[in-house]
Amino acid sequence: MSDTAFYTKDLSVFYGEKQAIKKVSITFPERQVVAFIGPSGCGKSTFLRSLNRMNDVIPGARVEGEIRIGGRDINDPSTDVVRLRQKIGMVWQKPNPFHKSIYENIAFGPRYHGVKDKRNLDEIVESSLRKTALWDEVKDRLHGSALALSGGQQQRLCIARSIAVQPSILLMDEPASALDPVSTAKIEELIAELKRDYSIVIVTHNMYQAARVSDKTAFFLMGDLIEYDETQKMFTNPSNRATDDYISGRFG
Amino acid sequence: MNAPVRSVEAAGDRVARFPQHKREEWIGRLYAYACVALLVVTIFSIVWFIASKGLTPFVSGAIRFSDLLFGRVWKPEGEPALFGALPFLAGSAYVSFLAAAIASPFGFCAAVFMTQIAPKLGRTVLQPAIELLAGIPSVVYGFVGLSVIVPFLREVFEGQGYGILAGSLVLSIMILPTITSIATDALHTLPAGLKEGSFALGATRWQTIYRLILPTTLPSLLTGIVLGISRAFGEALAVQMVIGNAPFVPTSLLQSAATLTSIITLEMGNTIGGSLHNNTLWSLALILLMMTFLFVFAVRFLERRAKR
Repeated sequence: MSDTAFYTKDLSVFYGEKQAIKKVSITFPERQVVAFIGPSGCGKSTFLRSLNRMNDVIPGARVEGEIRIGGRDINDPSTDVVRLRQKIGMVWQKPNPFHKSIYENIAFGPRYHGVKDKRNLDEIVESSLRKTALWDEVKDRLHGSALALSGGQQQRLCIARSIAVQPSILLMDEPASALDPVSTAKIEELIAELKRDYSIVIVTHNMYQAARVSDKTAFFLMGDLIEYDETQKMFTNPSNRATDDYISGRFG
Repeated sequence: MNAPVRSVEAAGDRVARFPQHKREEWIGRLYAYACVALLVVTIFSIVWFIASKGLTPFVSGAIRFSDLLFGRVWKPEGEPALFGALPFLAGSAYVSFLAAAIASPFGFCAAVFMTQIAPKLGRTVLQPAIELLAGIPSVVYGFVGLSVIVPFLREVFEGQGYGILAGSLVLSIMILPTITSIATDALHTLPAGLKEGSFALGATRWQTIYRLILPTTLPSLLTGIVLGISRAFGEALAVQMVIGNAPFVPTSLLQSAATLTSIITLEMGNTIGGSLHNNTLWSLALILLMMTFLFVFAVRFLERRAKR
């Protein structure tokens, strides 16, 4: 087995009185893809967001339990959220490129973290775009607006933007659900490619996608983690009845 | 004996050809077109009227256009009468741009505060307060300026207190609601996810605001500023009450000055219709109108850029 990238222990998330996540413990292996599946409102996105403390910005959200990356609890008050988010990239369902040029979208993050040198930035932009297989498509219009790209290209740009700050973990919240099948296939290819360098957590509504891209799968229901195992086993021989029902399409 | 029969048939024909829903359609359409036509005619008549009056001094050869624009002396009663409007053009430009320069930072900050930092407090307290500010009549602003700002400036600096600075301060408060509300709207319509995208890259809230949110909404923010300047440019009463109304090109912020609008309101009552003096005031009105067109075009241009 590979090393542990990070793990959660008895993690609970509350929105006001409502408990959205109920004491979930998961260990994420390094350089593998973990997929979260489950019906809408089961808490999988909430769980994902708590991993880089994006829940901080939601009023009334409260987190209990531990999330440990390299031995440190990220919810500790001494944690530098800026450094944390640099280490953990995030991609959303809807591509959210900034209203800037393609180049500036990628250079945005590194600039925050103090990269000023033009040549250095150029390198980061090129390597990020190459890693997301976007370089050949956009190299002639790096300074054109990012909004002129197609939806799939925008999503890959957002992934490139995340990896430009050199994270070790990538969180993806339904990264392909707003895209057409061809773009979806490209994103999935990209995920398979990226897991050589990054530990990836992906939330998906599409069970086939989970089966295709992930090494391990976690099934959530009503804020509970029902089952967490090798994807292979989850989809062929789940040990829990509810997992079996969901995967075979009897509800959800 | 055939005639009545034929007319009944004809009536039946008419009903068949013009059923009620068709008639209603036509009445509605006619009404809408009539309103639009009236509106267009009114607007064009106003422009035509101002232009015909305002162009008379130049057409008749009494004043050269360049003399009006660049002349520094305004002596309509003098021998010979001099009509140099540069003092008013300069005065209008100074107070408007200075007012915008004072009000814009406040407007942006208020908008950022209301949308990004404390949305609840913004919605319940600040927004109504700013709307109230927009509803106060300009004579009240002028009165407050006259009784508070002018004496204050007189105390702090040398001179009378009247002048460009007093005018700009009053105007900046008057245009603050315009700039704030347009900036607030722009910030509200930011695409969802932009902020989160920036946070997720490790940016702090302040970095997100000035590196991402402000540049993204810049065209809309500029629209607000231009509208503010345009309002300041056209404001007459409040400015006239505090600016001192001396027809000289101002060399200091604390010197009495005059604007295009203030000179028109001041002198229009003392002139005879059709006289050169009166017509020249119309020329000033024409210049104001042209400036308004310019501002409208600027806003349109900025809005097109904001959509991209």
